[in-house]
Amino acid sequence: MTGVLDFLADHRGDVLRRALEHAQISGIALLVALAVALPIALWLAHSGRGGFLAINASNVGRALPSLAIIAIVFSLPGFGLRSTTVIFALVLLGIPPMLTNAYVAVRGVDRDVVEAARGMGMRGMEILRGVELPLAAPVIMAGIRTAAVQIVATATLGALVASGGLGTFIVDGIAVQDTASIVTGALLVAVLAILTDVAFGALERAVTPAGLAMAQESTGRGRGRARRGAPARGDDVPAADQSERVDA
Amino acid sequence: MRQPGQPFVNWGWIADHSDDMVTRILNHLIFTGIAIAVGFAISLALSLLIVRYRWTYGPVTWVAGVLYTIPSLALFGLLIPITGFTVTTAEIALVSYTLLILIRNTVAGLDGVPTDVRDAAVGMGFSPTQVMLKVDLPLALPVIMAGLRVATVTTIGLVTVTALIGMDNLGTFITDGLQRLFVTPILVGAVLSIALAVAADLLLLGAQRLIAPWTRAARAGR
Repeated sequence: MTGVLDFLADHRGDVLRRALEHAQISGIALLVALAVALPIALWLAHSGRGGFLAINASNVGRALPSLAIIAIVFSLPGFGLRSTTVIFALVLLGIPPMLTNAYVAVRGVDRDVVEAARGMGMRGMEILRGVELPLAAPVIMAGIRTAAVQIVATATLGALVASGGLGTFIVDGIAVQDTASIVTGALLVAVLAILTDVAFGALERAVTPAGLAMAQESTGRGRGRARRGAPARGDDVPAADQSERVDA
Repeated sequence: MRQPGQPFVNWGWIADHSDDMVTRILNHLIFTGIAIAVGFAISLALSLLIVRYRWTYGPVTWVAGVLYTIPSLALFGLLIPITGFTVTTAEIALVSYTLLILIRNTVAGLDGVPTDVRDAAVGMGFSPTQVMLKVDLPLALPVIMAGLRVATVTTIGLVTVTALIGMDNLGTFITDGLQRLFVTPILVGAVLSIALAVAADLLLLGAQRLIAPWTRAARAGR
């Protein structure tokens, strides 16, 4: 432990810079992945096409080892030892869980509610913005949370192909057998990943419409309930889990 | 990364290293097998505890969830001062990642056993152990198997990362290639590890249908 404290004291500037790099790489990747996954998921959910693809995206995503994705992107012409390689790989990793959850979320919105909205005179876009998205928000958010945690975790491995992020302390530490560097990097990465999970967990609760939360409390069988209830920790990665259950 | 004129994939290198590939595929499978076996033993014990004492579900899955959230390279890093650059370090981390998935599915499987069936077994004079072995576990099997599939596929992916702490498996092709900026081994490692994950997933799906054929019949009849 003293090794870690000494290391932190000696490398204060470095630690801050690496942490910011890590957050920046992860943040960019998350936003790009979201910008790709969300429109596709909404379109698929509305057109009723590609359901198999959307639901299985997260299963396929899990079969792709993160190190292998970084390695393959690295090998592609035009990539190589650059931070673009890491960001592109992270985008690829982030898309599947968001795609699956957003699709399942929008498909899961009660059709009667949508019909009621239409009966009240709402149009397509109004229904999407005013009814479907708010009701689907918690499950969409759960997908973003899964993706965010995975991206932050995998950004650590990015240090292999582009010096940067907190993974650098671990990778460089392994190279020169510097245990203090390894452990400090590991602690910082672990803390960052857990903070990401907690922060997005809070966002998930924040975007749950009050009415939906009440309905779930009273009926005790809302779709979002399982992943918001008391032992919330174990309840992320919901869509993948659901499809797995269905598969059983 | 390539010299001009150098082919994207050096097939000669691949032909020369087929022995390495076989060894590393086997190593990869052994690493995965140990992690799943140990992880399942721990998860089964904890799941039985949870079914018996409900209040333990929250704390147990919370701990498993925190472990699951810690990135693999970080968990290796945290273990290195204690267990060093060893197989033990790799396996402790790999086992940790299987727990959340396996416990959740095992508990869900056991919860799904109909009370009527269990009551009938007790009425027929089954002892608690017999109820567990002959009724609960067989009926929970499909959901448990689904958990094993997810855990296995995830573990195969994570084993590649253990190459960073000196373990010899398919990930070693990737780390070697990155060190020498040589694309062929990188692709070999990546493609083989993905193929292994997909093959394991399909194999376990087949096993699941073989062991519990009624789940398929029930679904078709629904």
